[in-house]
Amino acid sequence: MSDRLAVLKTYKLYVNGAFPRSESGRTYEVTDTRGHFLANAAWASRKDARDAVVAARGAFAKWSGATAYNRGQVLYRVAEVMEGRHAQFCDEVAAGEGLSSGKARAAVDAAIDRWVWYAGWTDKLAAVLGGANPVAGPYFDFSMPEPTGVVAVLAPQESSLLGLVSVLAPVLAGGNTAVVVTSKARPLPAVTLGEVLATSDVPAGVVNLLTGDSAELGPWLAEHADVDGIDLTGAPPKRVMEFERSAAGTVKRVVRPEAVEPDWTADPGLARMTPFLETKTVWHPIGV
Amino acid sequence: MTNLFEYAPAPESRSIVDIAPSYGLFIDGEFVDGHGEPFKSVNPATEEVLTEVAAADEADVDRAVAAARRAYTRVWGPMRPADRGKYLFRIARLLQERAREFAVLESLDNGKPIRESRDVDVPLAAAHFFYHAGWADKLDHAGLGPNPRALGVVGQVIPWNFPLLMLAWKVAPALATGNTVVLKPAETTPLTALLFAEICRQADLPPGVVNIVTGAGDTGRAVVEHDDVDKVAFTGSTEVGKSIARAVAGTRKKVTLELGGKAANIVFDDAPIDQAVEGIVQGIFFNQGHVCCAGSRLLVQENIHDEVIASLQRRIGTLRVGDPLDKNTDIGAINSAEQLARIRELSDAGEAEGAQRWQPECVLPDRGFWFPPTVFTDVSPAHRIAREEVFGPVLSVLTFRTPEEAVAKANNTTYGLSAGIWSEKGSRILKIANQLRAGVVWANTFNKFDPTSPFGGYKQSGYGREGGRHGLAAYLKGGSH
Repeated sequence: MSDRLAVLKTYKLYVNGAFPRSESGRTYEVTDTRGHFLANAAWASRKDARDAVVAARGAFAKWSGATAYNRGQVLYRVAEVMEGRHAQFCDEVAAGEGLSSGKARAAVDAAIDRWVWYAGWTDKLAAVLGGANPVAGPYFDFSMPEPTGVVAVLAPQESSLLGLVSVLAPVLAGGNTAVVVTSKARPLPAVTLGEVLATSDVPAGVVNLLTGDSAELGPWLAEHADVDGIDLTGAPPKRVMEFERSAAGTVKRVVRPEAVEPDWTADPGLARMTPFLETKTVWHPIGV
Repeated sequence: MTNLFEYAPAPESRSIVDIAPSYGLFIDGEFVDGHGEPFKSVNPATEEVLTEVAAADEADVDRAVAAARRAYTRVWGPMRPADRGKYLFRIARLLQERAREFAVLESLDNGKPIRESRDVDVPLAAAHFFYHAGWADKLDHAGLGPNPRALGVVGQVIPWNFPLLMLAWKVAPALATGNTVVLKPAETTPLTALLFAEICRQADLPPGVVNIVTGAGDTGRAVVEHDDVDKVAFTGSTEVGKSIARAVAGTRKKVTLELGGKAANIVFDDAPIDQAVEGIVQGIFFNQGHVCCAGSRLLVQENIHDEVIASLQRRIGTLRVGDPLDKNTDIGAINSAEQLARIRELSDAGEAEGAQRWQPECVLPDRGFWFPPTVFTDVSPAHRIAREEVFGPVLSVLTFRTPEEAVAKANNTTYGLSAGIWSEKGSRILKIANQLRAGVVWANTFNKFDPTSPFGGYKQSGYGREGGRHGLAAYLKGGSH
């Protein structure tokens, strides 16, 4: 063991491609499952959430307008860069979730592979979900999926990395931008993921990560008029109905949480992409 | 403008329809009494009372849901999918056989021109059943994931603008995917739904598969909020849609909403003007403008504004407003006194806020609910008539200079149901179509519908699609969608 004193990391928010502290100046103590101090995390406020929505809206045109091939390469790049930080993620997941090193490694492996899986979807969605419609008339008529817009994601409380990636990557693959509230008690892998995203050619603002309390930020995101959809997976169970009601005020697309956090290692299918995809249908006459 | 073409009246005979003095609810294959306060259905073109219709109270809705549950569990759910499909094929054929009767009844009850009910509403309704019939035994191939399964009992609430067609949009996919239905038609237009009940009997559809509960908002609420309803499908106003989304919050119910719109119809300076004018007319005056996807905001490139408006006014001057049963009629009656009041209120607001109102000279019948085709120019994006859904024959004209400005103005709305583009340049059409935040984009055409073509909105125009492969997903679970 070297006697060098380690340089500790300041865990901050990730908003619009930068790493600000909470504007509120608040932090909260993050511990491992046995109660030992790990770090002070930024405690995001309502204002931070609003700033994140502004950043996500600003990033939407570029991200949704990128070619599907380009989006796929960027998401694949996230996996590449994560691989280089594998050990760090393993340490953070093991400490935060109380997992053995073997189980933590499996969770990190699966999280990286999940980016690869979704990276491969970007340029297949239109073929799988869209198509030509044989209307009864002289028209060329086709349908294609398009991203819903800015999606708020209340990330799972238990699975701090695999769960987070499993709810975030599908939102991005479809071309949406995201405002994520991370696991409150286990936020550290999310902050490290932000550092990965910042160095993976993901344009600033496409992903915004807020460490803090979904019970506090959820209401503002659910009612925010510039948020188009919300995934309530990490919402406090007793607040889900309230959040869904707020979301109704602007006809948001809502993903309801399951009664217990799902097994994130299962094959995800399309079920987390389609809720945040719109179908656009275009008609044009055929004639000479 | 003098009337160049005098037309003798050419009324369609109403003798083909036989309207009973009163109607009950259709529950479990039988017409039964309702326990709410019965209401009258009125011909909006004459204010003549057509019949009295039963209203379902909560207990009636409960009986309908119970009948639908029984039919789902015992008959419709276990049935061979191919047989479910055959029932739907039967319904499609019966609708075609009795098409004229449905068309006349629709025009009487709704006020829409017979030309539209005969050539659009009824044929499309039959087409929806025929299309979905074929899906019933092919759901594994719909690309919706492995082993898609029905949801159970579906509660459906539909509007008054396309009464039979909206019924078909709702009932056909629900039945094809193996669900059973409790449907609430609109209060002002229940008659074709009740005639459809007779079609179900002629088709020998098992009792309880389709239940029709008439009534007003309370009946609709009872359907939406019933605990044993697994899915809610609604077409109507954004305001009611939001209340439905709130009502189902925290439940297991799946929801699809097809809500309001304020579509931009964008005319570029390279568009074929005559065709565009036809499209503008079709876009806003089809069905008296009682269309959620109506092209109610005309965005015309500034350098052709005067030419387009002059041509449009000339064309509107030839539209015939009047008797919905007259085969020459272009614009029929406004559906209700309430809707007429809303159109008047918004039009008056348009003028008060500084827009210029233009209406052709046009003689309106003495009785009934009528509003002449109306064009507002000098409309600013802040005016109420540019932001709110009028749901009437009222067009608001705005201008733009560049394609970027056209897109920005088109998307400057909380709605996102439909949009139109008129241009001869293919690459421009595709670029603009990509940038418009709307679920249906009509390029060099407008207001076209087909059962194979998914329909539904972005933003506050709702979620979910109706029609096509996408429409099936709204009624299935277990797939990956």
